[in-house]
Amino acid sequence: MPNTILIALIPLLPLAAFLLLGLYGKKYFKNFSGIIGTTVLLLSAAFALYTAYGYFFEYGKIDGIYQKLVPLQFTWLQFSPGLSIDMGIILDPISVMMLVVVTFISLMVHFYSLAYMKGDERFPVYYAFLGLFTFSMLGLVMASNIFQLYIFWELVGVSSFLLIGYHYDRPSAVAACKKAFIVTRFADLGFLIGILVLSFHANTLDFNTLIQRLTVDGSHELHTAYTSMFLGASALTWGTVLVFIGGAGKSALFPLHIWLPDAMEGPTPVSALIHAATMVVAGVYLVARMFPVFSMSNGAMHVVTFAGIFSALFAAVIACTQTDIKRVLAYSTMSQIGLMMFALGVSGSNLESGSLNYSHLGAGYTASMFHLFTHAIFKALLFLGAGSVIHFIHSNEMKDMGGLRKYLPITHITFLIACLAISGVPPFAGFFSKEEIMLAAWQHNTVLYYITLFTSGLTAFYMFRLYFNIFWSKGVIVHGEHHGEGGFAMMLPLVLLAIGAVAAGFIPFGNFISADGKPLESEFHWQFSIAPVAVGLAGIFTAMWLYKNKSNKPAAIVTSLGGFYKAAYNKFYIDELYLFITKKIIFNLIGRPAAWFDKNIVNGLVNMTGNTTLIISEKIKGFQSGKVQQYAIYFLAGLIGLAVLFIYLWKPG
Amino acid sequence: MNLLLLILLPLLTIVTILLMRNAAQVKWAALLGSTGQFILALVLLFGFRQERSAGNEAQILFELQYNWFPAWHISFHIGVNGISVAMILLTAFVVIAGVLVSWNITKMTKEFYCLLIMLSLGAYGFFISLDLFILFFFLEIAVIPKYLLIGIWGSGKKEYAANKLALMLMGGSALVLVGLLGVYFGSSEKTFDLVTLSQTHIPIEIQKICFPLLFVGFGVFTALFPFHTWVPDGHSSAPTAGSMFLAGISMKLGGYGCLRVATYIMPDGAKEYASIIIVLSSIAILYGAFATMMQKDLKYINAYSSVSHCGFVLLGIGMLTKTAMTGAVMQMVSHGLMTALFFAVIGMIYERTHTRQVNEMGGLLKVMPFITTVLFIVGLCSLGLPGLSGFVAEMTIFMGSWQNPGTFHRIATIAACMSIVVTAVYILRAIGQTAMGPLKEGYENLTDATWNEKLAAIVLIAGIIAIGLAPFWLNDLVSPATEIIMQKLGAVHP
Repeated sequence: MPNTILIALIPLLPLAAFLLLGLYGKKYFKNFSGIIGTTVLLLSAAFALYTAYGYFFEYGKIDGIYQKLVPLQFTWLQFSPGLSIDMGIILDPISVMMLVVVTFISLMVHFYSLAYMKGDERFPVYYAFLGLFTFSMLGLVMASNIFQLYIFWELVGVSSFLLIGYHYDRPSAVAACKKAFIVTRFADLGFLIGILVLSFHANTLDFNTLIQRLTVDGSHELHTAYTSMFLGASALTWGTVLVFIGGAGKSALFPLHIWLPDAMEGPTPVSALIHAATMVVAGVYLVARMFPVFSMSNGAMHVVTFAGIFSALFAAVIACTQTDIKRVLAYSTMSQIGLMMFALGVSGSNLESGSLNYSHLGAGYTASMFHLFTHAIFKALLFLGAGSVIHFIHSNEMKDMGGLRKYLPITHITFLIACLAISGVPPFAGFFSKEEIMLAAWQHNTVLYYITLFTSGLTAFYMFRLYFNIFWSKGVIVHGEHHGEGGFAMMLPLVLLAIGAVAAGFIPFGNFISADGKPLESEFHWQFSIAPVAVGLAGIFTAMWLYKNKSNKPAAIVTSLGGFYKAAYNKFYIDELYLFITKKIIFNLIGRPAAWFDKNIVNGLVNMTGNTTLIISEKIKGFQSGKVQQYAIYFLAGLIGLAVLFIYLWKPG
Repeated sequence: MNLLLLILLPLLTIVTILLMRNAAQVKWAALLGSTGQFILALVLLFGFRQERSAGNEAQILFELQYNWFPAWHISFHIGVNGISVAMILLTAFVVIAGVLVSWNITKMTKEFYCLLIMLSLGAYGFFISLDLFILFFFLEIAVIPKYLLIGIWGSGKKEYAANKLALMLMGGSALVLVGLLGVYFGSSEKTFDLVTLSQTHIPIEIQKICFPLLFVGFGVFTALFPFHTWVPDGHSSAPTAGSMFLAGISMKLGGYGCLRVATYIMPDGAKEYASIIIVLSSIAILYGAFATMMQKDLKYINAYSSVSHCGFVLLGIGMLTKTAMTGAVMQMVSHGLMTALFFAVIGMIYERTHTRQVNEMGGLLKVMPFITTVLFIVGLCSLGLPGLSGFVAEMTIFMGSWQNPGTFHRIATIAACMSIVVTAVYILRAIGQTAMGPLKEGYENLTDATWNEKLAAIVLIAGIIAIGLAPFWLNDLVSPATEIIMQKLGAVHP
């Protein structure tokens, strides 16, 4: 049976590190805070591995099916009978896998930052924030209740905000962290309403009960969720799509992706942890967590599919044109996450609406989780490699780089491995996971398959464009003395992650993770692999031809593409569109009038009431003049008035 | 526990302050008195919980009744339920923090502290009253000090603000008084007693007239749209502690009155006007949030955001479900703590920078890490970050609102939900411009918080976190009381 205390310690240890370093770091642990944070994470990672071993090989499987275990759960806030926020731990294949991924990548980043952030004034604060983020992310992964997940979802958002804005005195960092928070908050609004819709119909917030009530054929809850319609879609579709919007915001899917490239203002190790490997896949994880419910609604599955594939292609095109290396990686992340989402979307294709038949749930679910796993490793590696380059050259721009392979040999080799992995070259990790996505796409729809294939080719192209621009291209451009690669603390994570990027693909993933908990029979068709690998290699060689040596070929291509290149370079003007909507429409057409209305109309009425009272009392004051003659006239007038009244108008009974 | 202590202790404190000879003695006497209140409130909380866990299910605990004006059936009747305990606790937190942040007041110190303590006296009396006549009496006691606090110790257009606030609140009180008299003469019992009134049936015609009078009258206190305009001016002119008391305590008197008096004794009236309440409060929520977005003065930002946040209180009441009402009470407590903290931190910043305009600040995190960290915490609480109290209250209201089927309630709920995005926008703008960015010139030598400011902030943050991390205790305290109101409403919904 799972050791509850040990599992609970996995997130609680980083929380303790956060509190300790946040409150006392500056005073007492100025220089040890990094070591404290890293040690704590090492413990967490060890516990996570132990848990994973126990779950996958000892107690998790009962009768050949991996169970959803809830070893701990307590009521946190009771809304009404049935509806309560519970805090708990869920153990199922994906949560256990995520525990390992999050703690491992976080450990690597903690370790790497020891050197990367050395000498920073707010070193303890940095490690405190890393601890907070790791805690929140682990809490998100373990959530057994949809509202618990939402709570940690928000906490993850705020830790991301704090880390993006870590260099708070840079205006660009401030703008970026605000943007990230607000855009994801907007998406969370969808998530929140989605929770309200689903919980209203299922009358529960607990994941297991929710999934059961909304998927079992003929259940009363499912029936009402199907039959209550709003604007032509059922409550189930609305609920799931709204929840998906929340996921799309965190996972930077089109059109809610605009915060991700800007988020690269954060320190590079942070980008590796949050904006590549863990937080941005939270949306994918959310859809996977609620996958059975999603698969009950064809509409929702279509939304997931198309949002995924469009984001994948869109981001890949933009990535080919960017010159800031971190932004290239950011768009690449967006593209890869799009692929994961797409894989989930095509996974339910074998389902008939209204009945859940697990027996043939497509391979997409497993493929998506597999890609999430491998992507976390090689994307973290890419970011940490980029960090090593930036650390060396003090610039993010490609034009400042070139020929660095001689100065950064370890970075060079590990970066190359990561590029090969993401491009899907066998036998690196990305090859296996991408292959499964391709297969799932092929079984679903041929057109979508070709789009995926094209995206995959683009991926290989822009990754090697990046690689050649950094490590080859121009000759040596380093002036004067340089301080080398950053030492052991930075190189060890690179090497470990590179080993992961080579080896992770050989894990028989389908045996462990599938939509229904049963091992997935996946066959390996080598014939099927020919096309994706060929396309990938074509992308690589094109990049090599264009960028290995400095030439004017790229410029020529840019000219020939004309407007399209310009549009892609400017990220298809999505940012400008948002700016227009927020500045021009929301600020000027809603905010300003509201403030004006309040100041002038509502307040004006109040003042008017006050002033009218004053004027009237001023008038009345005139009667009390103290002049006897005036009083005499009033008296006389009153007398005459009353006399007239009594004589002419008053007629008794 | 004898509830009279809650009135006697502030009285004793006032007398002590009057006897003191210099400013230092006055301050310590006030601090001692407010600490006493704080302890008393905690004792009340634990005593209440103990009674409940011992199985005492009585609706009202610690009841006391003395004849006062028998001819008119007015008695000095006091007692508490869960809602009152929560509000008393809130008051005690805000009072001690308010006393602490006013440490540097030099102008007429004695009078200033007397007025602060008098305000708390009014609030405690209001929250424990079970007779509507003495409830009204204490309401007035809580209003008058505010006029003087703003008029004497205020800044800016203080005379205008003081007049406006006093007149609008007096107007509200006048409506309350008329409503109360209507209830008195309209009910068969001819009584002001809340418990008796809750057991008698007030004719529906009377309810239709008196409910809006009472609700709007109390609503003025809690910034019911469109009677909220005293809020921005009043807050921005008031001294720091004045704003804290105003937003933290006074606005809650209104919310409490709307729920515990108006809705409780006139359920039919509440049902009749629920949809109007919902419309007005949804407008207040969104409109307040959008208006906040355009403000540049920190106090105006918090004042308008209070309009928005107090809209949640009224929305929770108007939704007429138990969950939403519980959420409304939670929101009152949460907003009281949060807004008091916000005003406190604005005061701290103002004392150092001598400006409240956000665009004149920048990078303050560098020179005053403690104060800006508090600003971050309060901002995050305001935008509903889990782990802090605002989240719990808002989510409870949302969940409760959604239990009403029907498109009207859904649209109102979604509108209210939308405010979480707008709130994030204005909070991050304010924080981004003041705390972050490059440090503005001339601010290099500013100092961080002093011990009294730190203590004040820590007390309020402790309250915010206690609710945010462990909301169940507040829920357990409040929901049996809202359950009773729901029973009276002839609960259709859970």
